Amino acid sequence: MYKVLDKIVKSEELMRDVYCATLMELAGKNKSIVALDADLISSSGMKPFFKAYPDRAIQCGIAEANMIGVAAGLSLTGKVPFCHSFGPFATRRVCDQIYVSAAYARLNVRIIGTDPGVTAAYNGGTHMPFEDMAVLRGIPGITLIEPCDTVALADIVRQLADVYGVYYVRMARKNAMSIYEKGSTFTIGKGNVLRNGSDVTLIASGIMVAEALKAADMLAAEGVFARVVDMFTWKPIDAELIARCAEETGAIVTAENHNSLGGLGGAVAEAVVKTVPVPVEMVSTDDRFGQVGTEDFLRKEYGLTAERIAEYAKRAIERK
Amino acid sequence: MSKSIRYRELRVFAEEIRVKTLAEFGYIGFGHVGGAMSIVELIALLYGEFMRYDPARPDWPDRDKLVVSKGHAGPAVYATLAMKGFFPESMLRELNQGGGRLPSHCDRNKTPGIDMTTGSLGQGISAAIGIALGDRMDGRDSTTYVIIGDGECDEGQNWEGFMFARHYALDNLIAFIDANGQQLDGYTRDVMDTGDLAGKLRAFGWNTIEADGHNIEKLYRAIEDAKAFKGAPSAIVMHTKKGRGCSFAEDVLANHHINFTQAQLDEALAKANEALEQARAALLK
Repeated sequence: MYKVLDKIVKSEELMRDVYCATLMELAGKNKSIVALDADLISSSGMKPFFKAYPDRAIQCGIAEANMIGVAAGLSLTGKVPFCHSFGPFATRRVCDQIYVSAAYARLNVRIIGTDPGVTAAYNGGTHMPFEDMAVLRGIPGITLIEPCDTVALADIVRQLADVYGVYYVRMARKNAMSIYEKGSTFTIGKGNVLRNGSDVTLIASGIMVAEALKAADMLAAEGVFARVVDMFTWKPIDAELIARCAEETGAIVTAENHNSLGGLGGAVAEAVVKTVPVPVEMVSTDDRFGQVGTEDFLRKEYGLTAERIAEYAKRAIERK
Repeated sequence: MSKSIRYRELRVFAEEIRVKTLAEFGYIGFGHVGGAMSIVELIALLYGEFMRYDPARPDWPDRDKLVVSKGHAGPAVYATLAMKGFFPESMLRELNQGGGRLPSHCDRNKTPGIDMTTGSLGQGISAAIGIALGDRMDGRDSTTYVIIGDGECDEGQNWEGFMFARHYALDNLIAFIDANGQQLDGYTRDVMDTGDLAGKLRAFGWNTIEADGHNIEKLYRAIEDAKAFKGAPSAIVMHTKKGRGCSFAEDVLANHHINFTQAQLDEALAKANEALEQARAALLK
């Protein structure tokens, strides 16, 4: 069960601090949990974990391919490894290691990729993944998750202690907008309807959830009632919910801090054409590389804004 | 029992593995013959002497583990697992058959007794490290063995792993480098010269031993030394011949993956059986 906050404001907690605290809470109860990092614990916020559980914290150095393989091997002995690196190095750099040593080998590995999309800000194009989810989406059986706030993150990370398989979590490190009331719970593989509406459905993920809610307000002022869905699981995608939204609202806009090619837009479109074909518009970074800048600059540069979502919503409705 | 008799018994076992592996390839008429033949003595020593395992419990946590990073050598391991009772020998007919349990490259989910899925080269070392680390965390005294090709050492991930294993002083990990000097496109020195692999491993801080990979006694002693060494992982650089003991593969440059005729197979099997009979005769002396 989840409940949306009445007012969406920036959280005072950092996503990475909540991640670390949650993993420490789990490690206290479950001796199998181990954490691996590739010379980024200062960035991932995992220093307290490495201090509290030195025997279960594995510094791998700047060698991500080896880290994924080591995690796969650890899971073969019953460990539950959580690996971290920046999004691009946790995915595209190690795609074959994730594919073969973890997924194809049917082992049990969690991968946390931080700084999704424009949140990589000043680290720029090399560190700015607009494709991390797309790179992994073609791997059979993998689960891809992007929690939008600290409440979602903590609940999902807790669940990851007890599931089996390969899970990738795309996580902003810093302060996210708070969407959910504390105590909300999440079902991996099911989208959450945050607001009801009958004219169009806005399907968003990560930092774009708050933008979609804002866009829904803007549209409401013009008499357009938009439904808003937080699609935090990209794979397996909640095709049932998408079909229902398509049926009931007749138009869809996706919104992601990522390339829609192979991304949320692509995944939603695949579900739509296979169920209830309706117009779909996609707000994404488009087929572009990243660059340096403040997050605000980059959001505008790539059109990751409530304004663009609202504009695309009207376009989608016109195409009905 | 004297060591000398034990070595002769293990020689018999090695020749049995060679015959069985050739017959296994024979069911389909092609395969990665070269790289399977070069590790036969090693596999005989691991499953005939050094590894702790129970065919009835392939998942037994306290077993020693083997990661065949050069996953295409799987058929030599399959033949051995069958002989040791992990599955019936009739299953060797499934090699590379659609829907079968013996794929060209090792798969832990398909074949009882295979500990890790491999085939994308360079990845086995990391999995082996994870296994060795997990066993050490849980206080199990198991040893993890990993077999890496010399050509496979082109892959950079191996060197990430070599560095990691030394940093964490994984002395429950033993890596074998199958230095047969050949890779798919030709001689290793021509395709990508890996240079002095033993020297490189020493520079990475590994307890490094060189041995003739087809000499049972010398390889036996190398493994004994590696097992006794504490404080760092051990590597045994095995000097081997790709295709060893297979008449249509040995001394052939392009022997990584071979198609062969029934006549070639018959000849190779006859010679391998001859070697087996000689080994048996030596045992009775």
